[in-house]
Amino acid sequence: MLKLKVNEIDIEVEEGLTVLQACEKAGVEIPRFCYHEKLSIAGNCRMCLVELEKSPKPVASCAMPAAEGMNIKTNTEFVEKARKGVMEFLLANHPLDCPVCDQGGECDLQDQSMLYGVDKSRYKENKRAVSEKNMGPLIKTQMTRCIHCTRCVRFATEVAGVTEIGAIGRGEDMEITTYLEQSMQSELSANVVDLCPVGALTSKPYVFEARPWELKKTESIDVMDAIGSNIRVDTYGWEVKRILPRINEDINEEWISDKTRYACDGLLNQRLDTPYIKYNGKFEKASWNEVFNIIKSKFKNTDKDKICGMSGDLVNMETLYIFKEFFNKTLGSHNVESRSDHTYLNSKKRENYLFNSTINGIEEADFILLIGSNPRYEATILNARIRKAYLQNKTKIISLNNVGDLTYPYESLNGDIENIKRITEDSHEVSSLIKKAKKPLIIFGQSSLKTKSAKYIFESVKSFLKKNNKMSDEWNSLNTISENASTVGSFDLGLYKTVDGSNEVLKDLENHMFEIVYLLGVDNLKFEKKNEFVIYQGSHGDKGAEIADIILPGAAYTEQNGYFTNLEGKIQKAYKASFPPEEAKEDWLIINELAETMNHRKLFNDKDELDSSLLNQINLFIEKDKSIKSSTVENIEFKQEILKVENEDYYYSNAIARASKTMLECKTAKVNLKLTGTEG
Amino acid sequence: MSLRRPSKEQPDNFDFNPASLEAAKSIIAKYPKDKQQSAVMALLYIAQKQNSNWIPLAAMKCIGKFLDMPYIKVYEVATFYTMYNLAPVGKHFIQICTTTPCMIRGAYKLVEACKEKISENENELSKDQSCSWMEVECLGACVNAPMLQINDDYYEDLDKEKTLKILDKILTGETPKPGSYRGRLNNEPENNRKTLMDLKNA
Repeated sequence: MLKLKVNEIDIEVEEGLTVLQACEKAGVEIPRFCYHEKLSIAGNCRMCLVELEKSPKPVASCAMPAAEGMNIKTNTEFVEKARKGVMEFLLANHPLDCPVCDQGGECDLQDQSMLYGVDKSRYKENKRAVSEKNMGPLIKTQMTRCIHCTRCVRFATEVAGVTEIGAIGRGEDMEITTYLEQSMQSELSANVVDLCPVGALTSKPYVFEARPWELKKTESIDVMDAIGSNIRVDTYGWEVKRILPRINEDINEEWISDKTRYACDGLLNQRLDTPYIKYNGKFEKASWNEVFNIIKSKFKNTDKDKICGMSGDLVNMETLYIFKEFFNKTLGSHNVESRSDHTYLNSKKRENYLFNSTINGIEEADFILLIGSNPRYEATILNARIRKAYLQNKTKIISLNNVGDLTYPYESLNGDIENIKRITEDSHEVSSLIKKAKKPLIIFGQSSLKTKSAKYIFESVKSFLKKNNKMSDEWNSLNTISENASTVGSFDLGLYKTVDGSNEVLKDLENHMFEIVYLLGVDNLKFEKKNEFVIYQGSHGDKGAEIADIILPGAAYTEQNGYFTNLEGKIQKAYKASFPPEEAKEDWLIINELAETMNHRKLFNDKDELDSSLLNQINLFIEKDKSIKSSTVENIEFKQEILKVENEDYYYSNAIARASKTMLECKTAKVNLKLTGTEG
Repeated sequence: MSLRRPSKEQPDNFDFNPASLEAAKSIIAKYPKDKQQSAVMALLYIAQKQNSNWIPLAAMKCIGKFLDMPYIKVYEVATFYTMYNLAPVGKHFIQICTTTPCMIRGAYKLVEACKEKISENENELSKDQSCSWMEVECLGACVNAPMLQINDDYYEDLDKEKTLKILDKILTGETPKPGSYRGRLNNEPENNRKTLMDLKNA
């Protein structure tokens, strides 16, 4: 520990901190532009100057290591004068366009100039003008405003792992640009908008939409992937204007993916706002009573084994729970399924479908094996963590398939499942790497769980890990990247019907065994409809609504309170930021009312009762799960197969993203870049 | 210093010729393994020499690949230093020193000569595309002011007429003799004692 003084207050700080961090520990705020906790230190804005005893000149606190016995002063006239001088230089070339700048109201330069700015300028020279740069469909540039903090350059190089932004020219002519003004090839690119302390990089889809003080801010959880990134939803009336990240060191740190951030304009388009009934192939508006009565008579006249329920990718746990209750209790059916493809599921224990090492644990890992996964698209934030782990510890990473650029170097095997066989039989070089590693990470991607050999791959690797003591309470190296926000939640609640891991409901559905199909927000189902009567409940008119006979308009994730369990098994609550459009209702309410229509009794009296019942159920389930001994399945037949990693359409993976114009633009930008052939 | 931008007309590809490749390799060999990026400046200069005094984007890409570093990093370096030319300057690149000592000795007469013979403006190619001229800061030959540099050679002790003659030769494809144009050897004293040898009391 180092003893030092900040403004005559004695404090003790750990070694290795900078003066700026030491001051923050002492509760003294230091103005800064270029310094950012998560990025390397640049020390080029000079705003964080402080006075250091025995130093004749002011010191840039962000780049100065704290040392024993330092006497730091931050509130003297000397410091004030130094900072005023720096601010004057920064403003010398900064345009006075705050009234038309999107950053206004949340601009670091604006805020800090209130403290350190001088009310008039001493410069008569022209301000410099810089041409705008093309940085793709997400980032709007106004480079005249740039103060050259280089946060964006450092973010792209360090966190995103795509060295595409740089500073060209020098001195007054220095400009920030992407290489030849192409859009940035990263799924984290829009985080530079948050990082930019001025209005040089602003959000293109949000341009001139609203001022920050007009927006209602709701802290919530993202549903675009299974990570469960913490977000803040900014709304203006009904409209969700933008989505920003919230800091959660255990999950997303400070970043969110572009899909999380920009799919929100999909919440405005393609919405189902009233119940519909299909007559002669045409949808007609109906009232809630009409549709409920039709559904009731349909259910009454159908054998309960001929009814099935499928739940989708963005459904919250309350709805999943009441959906299951509705099927089990009201209808007496057990044909409920949450997987919309033939994914292998070993439901015996929770560890079989969780990311057991946790996202934080990735940084501790000393060996990573990816099996059928492209984490860059399946879980962008998690991929950023793997990159962080690689940068910190030079973690060795091996992937079964070559899946292209993952922003960190890795070795790839040829994708043949023969490799898995040899690894688990201890005759592959990877086997010894796993055994040698103290904290190995074995990551199963969705592609590996969707193959015909899924059971073999998963169970044989699991028993290999078990045999070598890599699955203990301290470190469980078995990890699955879940596909959707609701995947883990629905498995926890038991929304599956399986004996050996296969998807029985889907098989029956494909064989047209059912007469009524209730789709709860299911849009990724590949299903040829024959004579089934399809009820679709959801928020968007997408693939599910297309095949429906009755549409029940539900709410999107920003329009209802709801729990989501992320891929690590962490339960988090998303809060209601807006309200469902027109006639649409919250999803749990629809099912509750339907149950009431069916047999004059609600399943739950109100949301509170549902919530407490749900949480009870989950807690009981987790308690029970802890007492189950983890078991392995042996002797599964091996079949020769080449594992292929299907790169899902990243920007188009769910109903909200498909309704979003911004996501479409991202997709075209990417396609166009490929076509020009200038990327390699 | 004007804004430095890559030329609009770019060749499609660029590759080091055998001589340049050898030079590049010998430079990379000077740096420790995995630190080959340090050679980027030297390689840019080699590329510039090979490609008649300018660096096309394709060359930056080639160097990026060669040194296993991102293109933008090479681009940053190339745009930072003024001695890298990002647009064609012709086979004969003429730099006229116009810093104070040369200016006092009549450097602007040399500029006039260039304007007459080569092109009206700085950084503009001559009609036959073979050369261009540019004013630069001190080239360190103040003793022989005024002077200009053509590619690697210094032409010193000039005036307008001598410059015109030099430029004529250049434009017809000859290589004029470098060095002083007032008959001096390097920068020896003029019209006076050359050494202290014959001075008794020295």
